Amino acid sequence: MYEFLTSPQFYDFLKGPLVWIAFIMFICGSIYRVSSLLSKAKKVKVVSKYISLKYTLRSILHWIIPFASTNMRKHPWFTVVAFLFHGCLILTPLVLLAHNDLWYDAWQIRLWSVPEIVADIMTLIVIFCVVVFILRRIVTPEVRFVTVASDFIVLAIAAAPFVSGFLAYHQLFFDYKLMVAIHILFGEIMLIAIPFTRLSHMLFFWLTRAYTGSDFGSVRHSRDY
Amino acid sequence: MNVQRKPVADPGFEENAKKLTPEKIERVIKWVLEKEADIRLKTFVETCIHCGLCSEACHYFLSYRRDPSYAPVAKIRQTLWDMLKRKGKVDAESVKMYARIAFTECNICRRCSMYCPFGIDMAYMLNLVRRICGLLGVVPQYLQDQANSHMYTYTQAWLAQDDWVDTVQFIEDELRMEIKNARIPLDKVGAEVMYSPHSLEAKFKTNLLSNIAYILNVAGVDWTMPSFDGWDSTNQAMHVGDNETMGMVERMHFEAAMKLKVKKIMTSECGHSFRAAVYDGSRWLGWKEPPITYLQPTQFFYELIRDGKIRIAKKIKEPVTVQDPCSIVRNRGLGGMLRSIVNWTCEDFRDVNPRLEHNYCCCAGSGVINYGPPWKFIRMEGGRVKINQLKATGAKIVITPCHSCHKSIEEMIHYYKLDMRVMFISEILVQNMYVPDEMRVNKTRDEK
Repeated sequence: MYEFLTSPQFYDFLKGPLVWIAFIMFICGSIYRVSSLLSKAKKVKVVSKYISLKYTLRSILHWIIPFASTNMRKHPWFTVVAFLFHGCLILTPLVLLAHNDLWYDAWQIRLWSVPEIVADIMTLIVIFCVVVFILRRIVTPEVRFVTVASDFIVLAIAAAPFVSGFLAYHQLFFDYKLMVAIHILFGEIMLIAIPFTRLSHMLFFWLTRAYTGSDFGSVRHSRDY
Repeated sequence: MNVQRKPVADPGFEENAKKLTPEKIERVIKWVLEKEADIRLKTFVETCIHCGLCSEACHYFLSYRRDPSYAPVAKIRQTLWDMLKRKGKVDAESVKMYARIAFTECNICRRCSMYCPFGIDMAYMLNLVRRICGLLGVVPQYLQDQANSHMYTYTQAWLAQDDWVDTVQFIEDELRMEIKNARIPLDKVGAEVMYSPHSLEAKFKTNLLSNIAYILNVAGVDWTMPSFDGWDSTNQAMHVGDNETMGMVERMHFEAAMKLKVKKIMTSECGHSFRAAVYDGSRWLGWKEPPITYLQPTQFFYELIRDGKIRIAKKIKEPVTVQDPCSIVRNRGLGGMLRSIVNWTCEDFRDVNPRLEHNYCCCAGSGVINYGPPWKFIRMEGGRVKINQLKATGAKIVITPCHSCHKSIEEMIHYYKLDMRVMFISEILVQNMYVPDEMRVNKTRDEK
């Protein structure tokens, strides 16, 4: 097993074809999920006839700006953790120097990258937040009541690339070659999982907010935040 | 899941569940979840990340000392997730549990939608559960009885059409003892407004109909009511999930207004009838908004006072507060108008916290008020957070333009032994509006 995971052939497969497969599945899967939802929602007149751009934007803005909604203000610590988690989860892979170097090697493009210590802290933040989420699922009664196995799996999918990346970078516990292979594999699993698991809330957040924002704004004449 | 609930002997649950077969249950669940439910159901179920942040939105969750089984997402878990997971292959006991949750542990108040980071419409999903239970006939007996009344008499309270006309005539006679030549014009074609009362106003709360007639006579409003079926604004069929009857009731209601060629309908001081006409009923009939201007008295009285048609002679001195009915405030934004009326008519207004669309439900909405004695305790216990909120204002009078809120809060005041009373806006106006001397027969009500 160890030989297989650290073999150059497997590494090339992870770095080559599987990257393409992961990105194609992520992008095409996302487009498919969103477009099929939109086409079905269009036929539901009690949804489509009330959609309003103004109230959609009002709703989304109040829920992507920290503390802009009543419920966020009621749970200040959780709001901080949730925003740090989502922000670092999305930004870290984009601004990491090593990732930028890989893109530069492949296509001569690169984004702005942060010093490695910053990326390290961002990674630790993601891992810390996942631990908080797991503890919250176990400790808080109302969350434990509705927790199912897949909730932990989804958290694991999100955390795995960060944990493995951190271990690989610092060459802790395991061999670097092994860890980097696992890191790439986990990253690709996460991309593939986004459209097909409940990680799809990344795609649907905007649409469910459009529905509720419009419903509250243009129909119910009240605020949804 | 170890969920303990006080056993309640409601024949609507117990007896009707005995008639169910596994085939029928499966057929109905599949029909509703696969054919009738739209893409919202699938999207909401798949998007929910089970974060539990909706919990504190629910007045049951707060009143029952944060019992996790009362959280909105927990209610979805115990009902829809269960049906979806078992693909409709559930037994009658499960259906009884779904019915108990959807009918007696949720008021479809929609507060949770405002607290969900994704804006998931949990009320839509619990309405689907009500629809399933309604089609299976597992419904609180008292509520089903009222829905049946809509089918047979087109009113909520088994009132025949001749009872209605008779009642109106005696209310008119009585009103003439206070207002000279007071009229309750029936079937006046081309009037400005059709008043559409709650059927209880024609049965045992006739003083409320009399109050409305008093105000409209003094304000000189060109109004009417139909003598024929379609006069009753209530719609309990909506709460049972009987959309077909709900649609029929609303259609009759709108058609009565069309026959009389009125410009507007004013419903009674009632939340659910407003919701039924403006949302559920109109949408079921294919209208984006009601086909005719549909007013709640809060808005109509606000306009009458604003335009000087009603003048306030004196203000209430006791401290007052308001109860924002979900159906007209969270669901139509009339909270500002309600506060304007209160400020115009009362000297010492103490607002509630949380207020407006964030206000707690009275725990009687969406039919819960009508379940009869077996279920009274759920309103008393589930409304704890509501009554504490009202108590904290220090007010002596709670003003609310909704029959359900009114009755439930009144009963809670008794239950919690508080020194408070509840009033409708119309009661406040009748006591405090200016009546020209030439209209008075003798003395006004509060001077007697």
